[in-house]
Amino acid sequence: MSTAAAVVRRDLILAARRWPEFALPPLFLLIVASLFPLAVSPAASVLALIGPGVIWVAALLAALLGQELLFRPDYDDGALELMALSSRPLAVIGTARVLVHWFVTGLPLIVITPLVAVWFSMSPAATQATLIGLVLGTPVLSLVGGIAAALTVSLKRSAPLLALIVLPLCVPVVIFGTRAASLADGGVPADGPLYLLAALLVLALTLAPFAVGAALRISLE
Amino acid sequence: MQNAAHDAEITVTDLACRRGERVLFSGLSWRAGPGAAVRIRGRNGAGKTSLLRLLAGFGWPDAGFVHREGAVAWVGHGDGLKSDLTPRENLEFHCALYDVPHTAVAPAIERLGLASVANLPCRVLSAGQRRRAALARLCLGSAKIWLLDEPLTALDADAQRVVESLVDDHGRGGGITVFTSHQPLASGLPVVEVELT
Repeated sequence: MSTAAAVVRRDLILAARRWPEFALPPLFLLIVASLFPLAVSPAASVLALIGPGVIWVAALLAALLGQELLFRPDYDDGALELMALSSRPLAVIGTARVLVHWFVTGLPLIVITPLVAVWFSMSPAATQATLIGLVLGTPVLSLVGGIAAALTVSLKRSAPLLALIVLPLCVPVVIFGTRAASLADGGVPADGPLYLLAALLVLALTLAPFAVGAALRISLE
Repeated sequence: MQNAAHDAEITVTDLACRRGERVLFSGLSWRAGPGAAVRIRGRNGAGKTSLLRLLAGFGWPDAGFVHREGAVAWVGHGDGLKSDLTPRENLEFHCALYDVPHTAVAPAIERLGLASVANLPCRVLSAGQRRRAALARLCLGSAKIWLLDEPLTALDADAQRVVESLVDDHGRGGGITVFTSHQPLASGLPVVEVELT
């Protein structure tokens, strides 16, 4: 566990020293969200309807933003080789990096989501369901993205391929997340889709570390 | 971690490596025991780095095998330093990864002559200073096998002598050093030359 703590500590220090890079995802969400009233309709009823969908799609795209750089710097400067040669499993080291990625992209998104919800005239119930959904769903986006980032780390231009791998795999998260919001908005319990999101999170947390570790090792060949 | 009771050893048997259609080397066999210094020579593109990576266990050879007894310390082509961290922070992170007490960092910085820049971010360091910081990792931990890819690149005469003394000390302690270099290493140890053609 001390390995994970050391990796998390190092990455948080690095994130703090390059903080403008990590202010991008919430800004990205705000800007994407601001396009919809202009492009679709500024009517409150329309915005309330599309609000959760806009937040989820923007969250997914924002998670992709920094994903390419998850392992790339360590790969380029040789730090990944040193990690692979240490006696600690790459699965633990890679997962620690993914957790930091969630902390600097997923968490800020969740924090500003209530603001966007007010802006889109979403009902309190829909806002609450969207928030719970994001808490459960954004780590899944980071973990799936982590596998894809590890698989593509040795490629020169990996961002397009990364998006092609991650986006289809994240479709269930978006479906359950928006479904929970629309159920809650209609006054129906949203437990079903939220439990499914929780199940996806457990699945991703259990299996993704092994996939990340194996993919990183293959990339070092 | 390696078992201290075992002597360090590298045995390469009938090793071959291909890159695409091109055979870099084949039928390569040699053995190195405690105290050995092995210099891998060859023109550019002969497969020196590829051989070193196979010795470290990155990837699989196309034929033959590598047997290694002992933990590995690696100084590769990339320096593995984070530009936004200081040399001290980089070395402390290395300690955490390799289970080495942080108290080993200060002597390593001293030995490589980095004391004056130890608290500056690595991005302001010169190429030679970065190389020194990368090589300072060799003073952390007790790996028996050192794999060094062009360790003398960008180093001034003083630093080259420090590296030579590190390799000497390592050899006297029963360790093995395998390095690629275009320059000879003026080491007190008998240097085994492996020529790649």
